[in-house]
Amino acid sequence: MEPELFKYIWKHSRKDQISILVLVLVSMPFYFLSLDLPKSIINKAVSSEVFSDPSATLPFMQFELPYGEALFGHPVTLFEGFMLTQLPLLLALCLSFLSLVLINGVFKFVINTLKGRLGERMLRRLRYELTDRILRFPVLHSRKIKQAEIATMIKDEVEPLGGFIGDAFVTPVFLGGQALTAMIFIMVQSWWLGLVAMSIVLVQAFLIPRLRKRILTLGRQRQMTARALAGRVAELVEGAIEIQSHDTTNYERAEISSRLGKIFSIRYEIYQRKFFVKFLNNLLAQITPFIFYLGGGYLVITGQFEIGTLVAVLAAYKDLPPPVKDLINWDQQRNDVQIKYEQVAEQFQPHGLILSEMQQAEKERGEPLTGKVEISNLGLVDENENRLLDTINVSFGVGQNVAIVGNAGSGKEYLGLMLANLVQPSNGSIKIGGKPLVNLPSAITGRRLSYVGQDAYLFPLSVRDNLFYGLRNWMLNDNITEPLDPKEVERERAEALRTGNTILTPDGEWIDYKIAGIEDQTKLINRVVDVLQKVDLEEDVYRFGLSGTVDAEFRPEIAESILGARVALKEHLKVIGAEDLVIAFDPESYNKNATLRENLLFGTPRKSDYAGDSLLSMPILREAVQKAELREPILNMGVSIARTMVELFTGLPPTHPFFEQFSFISADDLPDFDKIVKRVDKSGLSDLTEADRQSLMYLPFDYVEARHRLGLVTEEVERKTLAARAILAEKLAAKDPDAVEFYDPDRFNSAASLQDNILFGRLAYGRAEAAETIGRVITELLDELGLRSDVIEVGLDYNVGVGGKRLSGVQRQKLAMARSLIKNPDLLILNEAAAVLDSQSQNKLIPAIIQSQGDRGLVWTLQRAELAVHFDQVFVMQNGRIVESGAYSELSTKGKVLKSLIAAE
Amino acid sequence: MSIEQEVEALKSIPLFANIEPSRLKLMAFASERLVFKQGQELFHQGDAGDAAYILIDGDADVSVDTDAGALVVASFGKNDFVGEIAILCDVPRTATITAKSELITLKITKELFFNMVMDFPEMGVEVMRVLAQRLEHTTSRLTEARNALREKGSA
Repeated sequence: MEPELFKYIWKHSRKDQISILVLVLVSMPFYFLSLDLPKSIINKAVSSEVFSDPSATLPFMQFELPYGEALFGHPVTLFEGFMLTQLPLLLALCLSFLSLVLINGVFKFVINTLKGRLGERMLRRLRYELTDRILRFPVLHSRKIKQAEIATMIKDEVEPLGGFIGDAFVTPVFLGGQALTAMIFIMVQSWWLGLVAMSIVLVQAFLIPRLRKRILTLGRQRQMTARALAGRVAELVEGAIEIQSHDTTNYERAEISSRLGKIFSIRYEIYQRKFFVKFLNNLLAQITPFIFYLGGGYLVITGQFEIGTLVAVLAAYKDLPPPVKDLINWDQQRNDVQIKYEQVAEQFQPHGLILSEMQQAEKERGEPLTGKVEISNLGLVDENENRLLDTINVSFGVGQNVAIVGNAGSGKEYLGLMLANLVQPSNGSIKIGGKPLVNLPSAITGRRLSYVGQDAYLFPLSVRDNLFYGLRNWMLNDNITEPLDPKEVERERAEALRTGNTILTPDGEWIDYKIAGIEDQTKLINRVVDVLQKVDLEEDVYRFGLSGTVDAEFRPEIAESILGARVALKEHLKVIGAEDLVIAFDPESYNKNATLRENLLFGTPRKSDYAGDSLLSMPILREAVQKAELREPILNMGVSIARTMVELFTGLPPTHPFFEQFSFISADDLPDFDKIVKRVDKSGLSDLTEADRQSLMYLPFDYVEARHRLGLVTEEVERKTLAARAILAEKLAAKDPDAVEFYDPDRFNSAASLQDNILFGRLAYGRAEAAETIGRVITELLDELGLRSDVIEVGLDYNVGVGGKRLSGVQRQKLAMARSLIKNPDLLILNEAAAVLDSQSQNKLIPAIIQSQGDRGLVWTLQRAELAVHFDQVFVMQNGRIVESGAYSELSTKGKVLKSLIAAE
Repeated sequence: MSIEQEVEALKSIPLFANIEPSRLKLMAFASERLVFKQGQELFHQGDAGDAAYILIDGDADVSVDTDAGALVVASFGKNDFVGEIAILCDVPRTATITAKSELITLKITKELFFNMVMDFPEMGVEVMRVLAQRLEHTTSRLTEARNALREKGSA
């Protein structure tokens, strides 16, 4: 990156800057004319003595060659103009004035728009370039950066640069031109007044920047402190567990308070200084008119000066301070953004930045890696001169499977990173098939090699997107399927090119399934299942699938199959005599194993208004309940529930876990309900306020007769609920047909999970082992019907959450390994990738992955030495050196380091 | 069957005989009513114990695993309380309980049981009393058995 902002701007926006400049220059004469007109209006049209004769005329739009008198000794008139009498002249002059105002306005508009576009383009370029650099940061550097700080830099700190870049060259010229025009105009009118104005401007130009020096220093401090604050705030979020579990919130408060205090004093000082400078600036600017009024007035009174000229000078002077002030501001801004630019640029030049040539977009993944991995004399030294790896000399075949073992601190992690070319050696080299690894571009190291660390990152996308993430190396097809305007596409492309951005689009087709060995889409799921099984994640994804949803419109075949499974389940349960385990949804009856809410709605809400407690306040539900005469029964249910809860829970301490687990009423509300119940007992329902009724009527909606067993669902409740259900369905169909997907025995429910669709009912409460039995039966059934892979396909849409947080640590690592396996890498490097798994699982996983790699290579740094038993070749490391190598059987004998490592476990 | 009936059932169990009905109702409300079909096991010998069961209706066999297969050693019926040993002293199930007919039970989880005992000490006292009685009963049976053995030996 250019070290200086102006060079950077000039390099990338020369053409645009010049065209804007030209436009500014073209606008100047019009500006000058608009200054001159007021004088003409007053002197010629209003108070000219020529018009003592009403029929007299004066020329309008007479145009003389500028400096004609000086060049040719006499004025050269280029255009004689139109002769007009007084009133028409006044009108013509005033209309000219108006049109000049308009022309100046249009110029300003066009110039500002162009400047804005230029600024935004440069900002896009700068942000892209900075992000590009982040992508090229060496990984060890990335580990040290605070994400929030770096994000603040790209997002906020460069923002003012965008605003400034458009003004970088144009503003000084434009404002300088304006100021100069005003100045010249004043000079032309009167040398003396001109000199006065000029000297004051010079004082301003000299004094103000000096006063602002300190402000700039403060500005720099402000930037650093704000950036650090962003980093600290992010730490508070990331370290939430530590902060709360150690009760250090108050220390953190103190720390933040002290930072805010510092920021406050910096900002306050900036304000003080800024407003002082403003005050001084205004004062100086006002001294000039003071002199004008005094001196000019004197000249007019003594008849040495026309009144029109004084008015014009004053009008011109009105236009002088703003450009001067803006120029001074511009200079301040220039300093400011220069500092910002330097400070940001500095953060983006880490030592060992990866060359951009190494990451060039390549279509091909390069030749397969074959031959030997030769590590010779390899060493790694960190920035504190600690030797992490020391003269390592080993070689092994690319297709071998190799274990690296050693204690923490043995350096095995770094060796793993270096084998994946993620860390560059300080000395020595790694060669694969004779080629030095450091010279191989990412198209080879990132595709032919694959790496999984011990805390792999997952993107907040679906399981599928994460699994195929490693296949997005090259845009196969721009895949513009939507009817986009080709002109618009072309324009966007040109814009991207203009700002040095890439023209590849993320919406294109990126996933190269061929790399994964998937020749066509029909084979995709088999390959995915195969890989998921290898890492023992298939069952998990199957579970995600069961709780996932499918839109019948887009996947009619899955919906159809699941409907088949629903029927099959019913029959199967009948055969094994377990049909009483599921109480099916029946449009004609009340399901005592479901809540009252569910019995009323009888469907899955699609819109959130109809889910949870918001449903209860929907007018449409209230109307249906009212019409079915269900209000009174619900109220009675509410009273019964309240009475039981008061009876059961009174006397329990409010923090008792039973409230949370079993009560319909929270401990806080219990006394209120106690009062309501007492009132009902005393004088019946009629005495209740509307608010009391509301609170009571909310209670029964989560009531499940089979579970809570209070005997509240009487024949009347059942009958009226069914009536209300029908009314509600009718109303919804008329008013909001997309709100709820109703339960229908013969239809797939796109809003409900696959499992709920298969079950189509509720598990019966109080049946021993109901959930286990049904779970088992469903799994068997889906296997039998050949639907397991369909369910897995649905499970692939499961979103893993930010950083994969919706998965367990073990699941995350497994998915990361699957992501690498599916690429069929020539050499797979697993850097303690399975460390979160227990020994037993690792003992299952390692042979599966070795088998999956086949004759392709595998290097695995293990955190437990005994797991090395699965590998052909074992390297044992201690203090950054390889101390033993050979087959496990040789090294696990007495007296060997490996033996002692195993013994220590 | 509603919760009131369960409370009645609980009342007739000696362990809960002296406990206030509202407490019993809370216990019934907080516990799960589980129905076992004939032949289904409530739990198996050697399993970790996580709950005790109150038999509300039906019969169950108690069996222990022997080399020759399961050997029925006792049976339980209505109003019996089974499986409490495993939740009280954290030992694996000492026997297998199998439903002999359709068996209606109240499942009292370990957590619920301890919560109840903790909150209502009178229940704890009751549990102690019942256990002590059983111990006394067992001890006297043991004494009887010893005496019988001695008589046999001396005879």
